[in-house]
Amino acid sequence: MVNIEINGAPIKARSGSMLIEAADEAGISIPRFCYHKKLSVAANCRMCLVEVDKVAKPLPACATPVTEGMKVWTKSPKAIAAQRNVMEFLLINHPLDCPICDQGGECDLQEMAIGYGRDVSHFHEGKRAVVSPDIGPLVATDMTRCIQCTRCVRFGEEVAGLMELGAPGRGEHMYIGTYVEKALCSEVSGNIIDLCPVGALTSKPYRYTARPWELTSHNSVSPHDCVGANLQVDVRSHKVMRVRPRENEEVNEVWLADRDRFSYLALDHAERLTVPQIKKDGVWQSVDWDTALTAAAERLTQVTIDHSAAQLAALAGYTSTTEEFYLLQKLLRGLGSNNIDHRLRQIDFRGQARLPAFPWLGQALADLDNLDATLLVGANVRKEQPLMALRLRKAVRVGGQVMVINPFDHSFNFPLAAKRVVAPTEMVRELVAVAQALLDLTGEQPPEGFAALGGDVSVTEEHRTIARHLNEAAQGAVLVGNLTAYHAQQSELQMLAALVARLAGARFGILPEGGNSAGAWLAGAVPHRLAGGRETDVAGLDWRAMVVAGLKGYLLLGVEPELDSIEGNALRTALLGADTVVALTAYATDAMREYADVMLPIALFPETSGTLVNVEGRWQSFAGCVAAPGEARPGWKVLRVLGNLCNVEGFEFVSSEQVRDELQDACSEIIPNSRLPWQTPTATAAPVGLVRVTDFPIYRVDAMVRRSAALQQTADAEVCAIGINAATAAQLGVQNAASVRVRQGDAESVLPLTLDERVPTGCVYVPAGTAAPLGAADATLEVTTA
Amino acid sequence: MNAIVRFFKSLFLLELFRGMGVTGRYMFGRKFTVQYPEERAPLSPRFRGLHALRRYPNGEERCIACKLCEVICPALAITIESAQRDDGTRRTTRYEIDLAKCIFCGFCEESCPVDSIVETNIYEYHGEKRGDLLMTKEKLLAVGDEYEQQIAADREADARYR
Repeated sequence: MVNIEINGAPIKARSGSMLIEAADEAGISIPRFCYHKKLSVAANCRMCLVEVDKVAKPLPACATPVTEGMKVWTKSPKAIAAQRNVMEFLLINHPLDCPICDQGGECDLQEMAIGYGRDVSHFHEGKRAVVSPDIGPLVATDMTRCIQCTRCVRFGEEVAGLMELGAPGRGEHMYIGTYVEKALCSEVSGNIIDLCPVGALTSKPYRYTARPWELTSHNSVSPHDCVGANLQVDVRSHKVMRVRPRENEEVNEVWLADRDRFSYLALDHAERLTVPQIKKDGVWQSVDWDTALTAAAERLTQVTIDHSAAQLAALAGYTSTTEEFYLLQKLLRGLGSNNIDHRLRQIDFRGQARLPAFPWLGQALADLDNLDATLLVGANVRKEQPLMALRLRKAVRVGGQVMVINPFDHSFNFPLAAKRVVAPTEMVRELVAVAQALLDLTGEQPPEGFAALGGDVSVTEEHRTIARHLNEAAQGAVLVGNLTAYHAQQSELQMLAALVARLAGARFGILPEGGNSAGAWLAGAVPHRLAGGRETDVAGLDWRAMVVAGLKGYLLLGVEPELDSIEGNALRTALLGADTVVALTAYATDAMREYADVMLPIALFPETSGTLVNVEGRWQSFAGCVAAPGEARPGWKVLRVLGNLCNVEGFEFVSSEQVRDELQDACSEIIPNSRLPWQTPTATAAPVGLVRVTDFPIYRVDAMVRRSAALQQTADAEVCAIGINAATAAQLGVQNAASVRVRQGDAESVLPLTLDERVPTGCVYVPAGTAAPLGAADATLEVTTA
Repeated sequence: MNAIVRFFKSLFLLELFRGMGVTGRYMFGRKFTVQYPEERAPLSPRFRGLHALRRYPNGEERCIACKLCEVICPALAITIESAQRDDGTRRTTRYEIDLAKCIFCGFCEESCPVDSIVETNIYEYHGEKRGDLLMTKEKLLAVGDEYEQQIAADREADARYR
């Protein structure tokens, strides 16, 4: 700590910190444009000039380190004069179009001009004008307004890891642009809207629709990925106008992924269900809530009478609130069935009994910043958990090593220390090789059955590198990502990853597929666990077993199984074959109208109160921001009444907080852990033929994201039908085909083909979350010319 | 002494005659009663009457949906909704002034950066049913179109004092 004096007041500042940081901490405001606490110091706007004792000229506070005994004046005549002069220069080229500028009312330049601007400029020459490039469907540009603070450029370089924006030209000819005309393809590009201190970069979907003074801000939490980014939802006359990040250093810092920021556009989508509907003789009729709820309760209980309670099942979407998950499982278990599942993207359930109470990251999110070595297994963090990728990038920038074992050559926004891209069937052997390298390093004995997983595997130099980095790291982590969930040997992969972590003395973490997976596990929305992680007496059926068993009654909560599940086709067929399907849904799709019998409209996340539990086990509760459209009601209220009508006990809640408190009591003894004990693996036969590689594209993950018009116009939303690398395509003789016939089991369809070198040899990439009618996710494929 | 003066003043009805004198003076003096509606009193160019939305000479509406009038309005009489028009400009999709709420303070006119919303010197208007006094964008533009010459002349006359 050093002692300095600002405006005569003695202040203790961290040694090495800049003057502006010390002033900010002491609550002394210094005007600034280019300085941002999360970005490097550029010192190019000169707005933060202050007077320093024994220095002849004013110094920029953002680039002046504090020294012992320093005396600083931020409001002395000399400092004020310097700041006023800088402001006059900044205003030389800035247009006077505040009335039509979206930043008007929350513009740093506008506010600073009130404090430091002159009424009349000395400058009488013409103002500069700059052509505004089109940089995609999310960010609108008005580059004439730019004051060249370069915050957006530094954000791309330092935080997002994609150098998309730059500042070519010098002096008056300097401008911010994309070098060549193109749309931004970063998944966190929306942050430059918040960073821009003027109206040069603004939100395109929000453009010209509201003024900041008309908006009321409500706190919320994003359900689109397991980070649980904190949101500020801005509402004007009962309509969500925009979403901005709410600062939370421990979760999302000051950033948001585009998915969190622009998903609100789906709130008033045309498919929104606004009245309860019942299918009578094949015709859908709108009815009142009483009729609909009674009908739903009757049909559900009828299934238990006609058949048995075991014929009833519940499926939930990944983005439901924890309260909804809790009430859903309480209702279903009250009716006598344990067949409840939310893991619609998972295909291997053999290891479910050994898993901890909920999929945990193994550490706090903020700990990712300091990891020395990270091994990602089957993870596409950049697109699946964009904000987590930003944290890993931070770690890499200070010397951390990130290594990857993936079934697809996904891109990362940080350099990798080692990368293994192998066919899904080889993933287990890759991990065995890394574990073997670690065993060689540490001299430990392999656990029982280890050799059966791949005793003949050859340990290469790259495996040894991975093992060495992990072993040497003071803070290491092994994280299994979403791609392992789509893998038929998920339990082996998780177990081996946990073994690697244990051998290397690293933390083991699981990145779940959904936004509220942790909440779903804790609430008991899995067939083998009750709320609070207690084991059930008899485990229910997981969703794949439900499909096989051909159950008679389904209760759906906030899910579109045909798109949300990895095997949407199979699940859709199962639902079509059921006697009764009651769907609590925000959107009514054509597929849903076919298989459902009752549709009850429920609210989406900005419209309901609830709690989301993120990957680090953080319970984040939020209140509703706007009312749901039409007759739609929060899901927990609908479930509560449904519970009453089904005569299930313990449904006397009057607020979602009561539901949460009851669940929290049940979870009070849970200490987050990611222990995964070793179990002697059972041998599985390797499939023969072309292997399917799959993932959920970033803007196909849930119902809201799929319906956000702006997100669907981005480059990331363009989903290829199938991808094969050139060598494999040549082998199959389809290298020149525009589309190919794909056969998987009984299912067959003709799909457009893209030659993609990111797909390993012998594999076919088929993204999930699209309507392509194909078979099981782990079944082999046949590809022939169409 | 005062009591005696008051006694004689009231005895001779002095106050009454003084009052009658004033009446008499006006009775025979020059009349300034205006025979409305046949005759009209002169109006200042600053008169604040019925609102209008103006257009540029090329027919383009002036309003750019900056919403400053909406936020300054002390009676909350103005409602605006805005959107991007097909040509990319910022425009109102709804502009309403509720004359039943308006207090004719003229702040909207003062706040307007493009001289779009103005208060004309029209003071004779009425509504016969509920909603008649809600001036929609179409009505306001129609007033502006009809009285543009008068509006422009008034602004011109007042320009040097602004």
